[in-house]
This record gives sequence, structure tokens and C-alpha cells, in this order.
Amino acid sequence: MSASNFVFGLFLLSTAALGLVRPAIAGEPAPARQKELVHLVRQDCGSCHGMTLNGGLGPALLPETLRDKPVEGLVATIYYGRPGTPMPPWKQFMSEAEAAWIVDKLMTKFPQ
Amino acid sequence: MRLILAFVLALLLNACAGPQLRGTGDLGLVIERASGHVTLVNTTARQPYARIAGLGDLSHASAVYSRDGRYAYIFGRDGGLTKVDLLAEKIVKRVIQSGNAIGGSISQDGRIVVAQNYAPGGIKAFDAETLELLAEVPAEYAPGQFSKVVGLADVPGNKFAYALFDGGEIWVTDFSNPRAPTTRRYPAGQQPYDGLVTPDGRHYMAGLFGEDGVALLDLWQPEKGARKILENYGRGQEKLPVFKMPHLRGWSVAQGKAYLPAIGRHEVLVVDVATWQEVGRIPVRGQPVFVMARPDGRQVWVNFAFPDNGRIDVIDTPSGKVVHRMDPGKGILHMEFAPRGENVWLSARDDNKVVIYDTENFARIGEIPAASPSGIFFTSRATRIGF
Ligand code: HEC
Repeated sequence: MSASNFVFGLFLLSTAALGLVRPAIAGEPAPARQKELVHLVRQDCGSCHGMTLNGGLGPALLPETLRDKPVEGLVATIYYGRPGTPMPPWKQFMSEAEAAWIVDKLMTKFPQ
Repeated sequence: MRLILAFVLALLLNACAGPQLRGTGDLGLVIERASGHVTLVNTTARQPYARIAGLGDLSHASAVYSRDGRYAYIFGRDGGLTKVDLLAEKIVKRVIQSGNAIGGSISQDGRIVVAQNYAPGGIKAFDAETLELLAEVPAEYAPGQFSKVVGLADVPGNKFAYALFDGGEIWVTDFSNPRAPTTRRYPAGQQPYDGLVTPDGRHYMAGLFGEDGVALLDLWQPEKGARKILENYGRGQEKLPVFKMPHLRGWSVAQGKAYLPAIGRHEVLVVDVATWQEVGRIPVRGQPVFVMARPDGRQVWVNFAFPDNGRIDVIDTPSGKVVHRMDPGKGILHMEFAPRGENVWLSARDDNKVVIYDTENFARIGEIPAASPSGIFFTSRATRIGF
């Protein structure tokens, strides 16, 4: 077994272990990408939804306000936007899986 | 002789011990949006001189000045209204006036500070001295329906003009009697997103998001109502997505023409202010956010919405062309000209600094550290209508 194979094996093991600890979201973004997405949401979504996500021109994006809304609808809102409202589509800047990751974080606790 | 010397010395010492007198004309502040600080700056030294903490959530904060330029009134996103003394370098008073605010204005006579609120939608007037609440005007455009308020501007006669995003109207509220204001309503168009008053205080304009065009109200003849200008400037073409709403405050009227951001297109619209007809459009490198004239009107500087928010385009007004393009930093959110325009300060949010440029030769002449800087406001705003 070569060194790189060994490292790869360790990697697989560790991700498997993580998978056991909590259900993996399909295609959870890599940590560096997560940081970028958090920055995007706080700063650039923040220009309409508020940096603290308490709302502005757009509604608040807090667990309390999103709780009863269907996840797929929220993901589609981010990915495709809502025509006729100022909510723009973000599909040039993220994948649908990344939009789903953002919704998941918004509905639980959005990182600082 | 000795006695006289001693006397002179004593006088000198006295002079040193007394308070150092200074004016406020070359002071200003930088909003540090993430950490609830403001940095106080001197535009002659081009240096910060104090930093003040404890202003709450300053995302999308803005500031106006008392007419003597000594006090800044800062409107925070969390509804906080903070009065800062630029000379004593401290907060004098702070109130939480609403749940969700978007900005504010100060009256012609300097006695009333008005905040515009998203939630609950409406405006609130405060005594500029004490920040005591004087009056409230809820933006109830239909029974039980409240609108977000945008584009608040002070206009002559101790009045304020503003627009209702959800209500599609321009409202003008008269505070001649500060505790009993009266309001007139004018239908404007779909989804006004911001507004401005022209430098002479005569015309109020509200940019429309829900349709192509700008609503224009002549405040000298308000009985004529708001009319639409720049109708169909998109000519039915599909709009580009808008990732940040343009700001009209910080208007640009130069050489008899107004320069306005187009919505959903990468253009600056040029309007003749005598006829209010479109006379040109200038292609730029993104969705314009601020389109601001240098105080002499020779240049118009433009910054952009995400993802082009690292760019600045400079328009030369006589030729109507972009004469300079630059990429001064990451997340350029705002710009402010020195009182007579020889330099411009730009906040580079993601570089955590304010960068200063010479407006003649576009050389970078300085920078100031600031945590996630957004708005930059100089005291020269104190004497301008609409600022
Ligand atoms: C230019 C302003 C603007 C920006 C920028 C913006 N939004 Fe929105 N957003 C809105 C508006 C306005 C609505 C409400 C649309 C409506 O009236 O249905 C909205 C709605 C939403 C909703 C649905 C909320 C609900 O309760 O149904 C979500 C989720 C959302 N936005 C997420 C985002 C994310 C994530 C970003 C950044 C990637 C973002 N928005 C950037 C304006 C904006």
C-alpha cells in the first residue's frame, strides 16, 4: 500500500466516521467553500435580508420565520429567484446542493 | 522686565491648558458595519482620530449631521438611533426607535431628526437635541397594510418626502408643527426602491423596481401629482438580475443633467433636468449602486452590485464617456468626496480598509484601517439639501 493510498484510505474512513455521527447532507460543501457561502449570505444576501438575517427589503431568514416553509421551495427561491420581486436568482454563483446547504443552515443556526 | 516675562509665560501656559478650539468642517465618520463601531476621521490630515464602540447592528447604516457639523445622527439596521459628538469623541445619546430601520434625515431647520423604518413600516420624528419622540407616521397605505419606507429626503419647508415600496406611493409629510405632522400622498408606480431630492430641493424622484421608469414629483407644484419619466428605458428587454438595490441618495446632478443607475441593466441613464427627457445612457461594468458626482460636477463615479463590487468606473461629464476604470479593492460599498472633491474615499469592505484616491490623476494617496467599512459620511453633508 503506497503512502498516498494510505492517506486516501484514512480520508475515506474519517468521512465514513463523520457520516455515522450525523446524517450527511448530500454534497455538503468543502470547508473552504462553506466559508465563502457564509460570507456571501451574511454580506451579499445581507444587503436585502440584513447582516443578522433579521430582514430588510427581503424578509427575515431566521429559523423561527422559515420553520413552516417547505425546504424545496426555499431552495428553489434561492436558486431561481422570485420573478416580480427583488429576490434575484443565485444560480450563477452556487449549485442547487449549495443552496440546499444554505437553507439547512438558515433553518437551524446560521454560522457567523 | 522679569515680571512682564513671567506674565507672558503665565498667559501662554494658560492658553495651552484651555480647551483646544476647532471647527468641524473637515471631519467625518466611517461606519464599521460588522462590529458596531464608527471611526472618526479628519479629511485634512486624511487620518482617523477616534473610534467609538457600542452602536449596535450597523449593516446598512447611514448618518446625517446637525447643521453645525458637530453631531452625527447614525441610523442602524436594528432601529438604533445614535447621536455622536465628533468633537468630544463620544456617544451623547442612543435610543432604539424601531425593529428594523433603513436610514434617516434631518429637517431644514436642524431641529427634527426623522428615521425611516421597514418594520413597523413608517417614519418617526425625534427632537434633534434630546432624541425625544415627537411624532409617528405609520405607512398604512390601505387599511391594516403597512409599507416599507424607502428614499426618505428632507425637503424645504421642514417637510420630508419618501416612498412606499409596498404601497407604490410618494408621501410628503409636513413637520411645521412637529408634534402634529400632516401628510399628502401621491401615486408613484410599482415598487419604488429608493428616492432622492434634487440639489435645489424642488424635485423628488423615486426609482421604480417593479417597472421601468422613475416617478417625479415637482414639490413646487405638488398638486400636479407625480409623473413618470424614463418610462420603458429597458424597451421591453429582459432585465439582468439585480444582486443589490441601487442607491439614489447621493444623487448626481451635474451640468444640467442627472445621472441615475438603470435597474437590471449595466448602464447609467442621463437625463436633461430641464425637460426630464433621457439624453443618453452610458455603458458601465456592472449594475450601478451609487452614481455620484464630484462636487464640481466634472466627474461621476460609479460603483457596482455583487459580483462586480470590486470595480469603480469614472465618467467624464462633458464627453459622457467612462474615462477611468479601476479595481481599488474587494467589496467597494460606498464613496465620499472631500468637500471640494480633490479626493475621494472608498470603503473596501472585504479588505478592511478605506482607500483614498486623488480624483485628478487617480493615484492612491492613502488608506485607513477599518473593520468591514461601509458608509463614509463627511460633515460637508450638514449644509446640503437631501443629505
Ligand atoms: C436585492 C435584494 C435581495 C437579495 C440580494 C437577496 N434577497 Fe432573498 N429575498 C428578497 C425579497 C424581496 C424576498 C421576498 C420575495 C417575495 O416577496 O416573495 C426574498 C426572499 C427570500 C427567501 C424566501 C423567504 C421566505 O420566507 O419565503 C429566501 C430563502 C431568500 N430570499 C434567501 C436569499 C439568499 C440566500 C440570498 C443570497 C444568496 C438572498 N436571498 C439575496 C430580496 C433579496
